[in-house]
Amino acid sequence: MSSTKQPAIAKIEAKTIIDLIASNRRMDERTPTDYRELKIEVGVIEKANGSAKVHLGKTKILVGVKVELGDPFPDTPEDGILTVNAELVPLASPSFEPGPPDENSIELARVVDRGIRESKAIDLKKLCIEPGKKVFVVFVDVYVLDHDGNLIDASALGALAAILNAKMRDYEIKDNEVIYKEGLIPLPIQNYPIATTMGKIGSSLVIDPSLKEEQAMTARLTVTIEKNGHICAMQMAGLGELSIDELKKAVEMAVTKSSEMRARVMEAAK
Amino acid sequence: MLNKKTKPERLIDDRGLRIDGRRPDELRPIRMEVGVLDKADGSAYIEQGKNKILAAVYGPREAHPRHVALPDRANIRCRYHMAPFSTEERRSPAPSRRDMELSKVIREAVEPAIFSKYFPRTTIDIFIEILQADGGTRSAGITGVSLALADAGVPMRDLVVACAAGKVDGQVVVDLCDEEDKLGEADLPVAMIPSSNAITLVQMDGDLSPDEFEKALSMAVDGCKKIHEMQNEALKRKYLLIKEAVEEKMEPKEGE
Repeated sequence: MSSTKQPAIAKIEAKTIIDLIASNRRMDERTPTDYRELKIEVGVIEKANGSAKVHLGKTKILVGVKVELGDPFPDTPEDGILTVNAELVPLASPSFEPGPPDENSIELARVVDRGIRESKAIDLKKLCIEPGKKVFVVFVDVYVLDHDGNLIDASALGALAAILNAKMRDYEIKDNEVIYKEGLIPLPIQNYPIATTMGKIGSSLVIDPSLKEEQAMTARLTVTIEKNGHICAMQMAGLGELSIDELKKAVEMAVTKSSEMRARVMEAAK
Repeated sequence: MLNKKTKPERLIDDRGLRIDGRRPDELRPIRMEVGVLDKADGSAYIEQGKNKILAAVYGPREAHPRHVALPDRANIRCRYHMAPFSTEERRSPAPSRRDMELSKVIREAVEPAIFSKYFPRTTIDIFIEILQADGGTRSAGITGVSLALADAGVPMRDLVVACAAGKVDGQVVVDLCDEEDKLGEADLPVAMIPSSNAITLVQMDGDLSPDEFEKALSMAVDGCKKIHEMQNEALKRKYLLIKEAVEEKMEPKEGE
C-alpha cells in the first residue's frame, strides 16, 4: 500500500508555469519540445563492465552495468537475463528516504527495463552458455544522484549509453563451461530504444518536464521508440487525464524527438 | 496449459479466428456482480474470460496511520495482489515488483474520476485480489474497482473502465487472453472515463508501428465503451434486486 505525496509547490509558481506554457513558453526559455542541456559521459566507473553519467539540466543519473554468471529463468531456459534496478538515493532529493524501494523507484526501473527488454536491445539468446543451466546476467543499476525532474528519460538514456559502453571478457564455451580469453567484447546490442517523457501542463504537452514543471503537471506519458520508429513501451502516470488526440500527438512528438536523442546517445557512447 | 511444447504455430487461423474462437474485435465473455462482500463498504466481482477478480473498497474512513492524511483531499490507496494459486506456477504471496507497479497505475487510473476533495484527511482503500489470472488482469481489475467504488457510495464523475488491445500474429486484436498476451507481439491496456472520452491509463509493451498504435487505441476505446454498458447494467441489477426484495416484504401477506 502506498500513496503519492507530491512535494509542495507554491500555487503562484504553478500558475506562472501553466500561464507561460499556454503561450508556448517555459520558465527556462525552452520551447515545448526542447530537452534541457544533455551531457552523457561513459566509462566513468572503472570497476563496472559499463557505465554512464547523465546530466539532464540539473538532474544527475549514474548507471552501472555488471555482467555475471547466473541461472536462467525456468520459462526462458535459453535466454540470458536482464535485470534493471533503480535506486532513488536519499542524497538526491528531500523527498527520497532510505529504505526498501517504493513504488516510484520500482516504476522507474520497470519503465527503463521495458524499453530495453521489449525492443530486444540486448540479444539475450547470445548470452546463453548452457540452456537451462547457465547464462550471463546483465545487471543495469540506475542510481539517481540529483533529482530535478524527468528521471525516466535521464535513466533510460543512461541505461542505453551504459549497455553500449559495456565490455565483457572475451570467452569461449567448452563442455558447457566458460573459458575466458584475452581481450574484451561488447554486449550483443541490436536495438536502441529511446524514452521520451511528456508532461501535460494546463492543456499543453511539454517534453522533458523539470521538477517544477512535474509539480505543476497533471499527467505524464512516456513513449519509448525503437530504431525503426515503432513504439515498444508506454507508461502513463499522474492524477490527470489525456484525450485520445493528445495521446496520438504525444506518440508523434516522441517519434520525432527520438531519432535526435538516439544520435546523441550513440555519439556519446562511441 | 501453456508451455513451450504446446505453443501453437499460429494464434489466428485461416478464417481470421483467434485461439479461443473469437473475432479480432470480440471481447471475452464478461460477468460482473456488485456488492458481493459483507464487510467491505463496496465490492464487486468480475469474470472476464478465465479471469476471476474480487475488488473491495473501504472508506472514506479515518486516515490510519494519521500522517498519511492529506489536507485537501482523500488519500487513495490501492493494493493489487495475485493469489498464489492464480497462475500456472504457484507465485509467492509476497507483493512482487509487478504488483507494486500495477497498484500505482490502477490507483492513478481511477483517481481522476473520484471527487476526492470532498473527503479531506480521510483514506479510501482499494483492494484487488486476482483469484485466477488469464491475461488483462489490470484492465478487468480497474473495471471491477470502479464498480466497488460506486457500491461504496464514493462520488465519482463516471465509472472508469479499462480494456486492452494488442497485436497477435501481426494483427490488431482487442482483449487479449493469456496465450495471446504471452505469445503475441504487443499489449496496450487503456483505461478511460467514457462520458468525457478522457484516457486515465495507457501502458504498452511489445512492438507497434504508430499506425498500429492508433488502430489498437481505437479498438481498446471501443472495447471500453462496450464494457461500460455492462458495468452500468451490473450496478443497476444490484438495486433492482434490493427493490424486488423490499417489494416482496411490503406486499400484504394473505390472512393479514
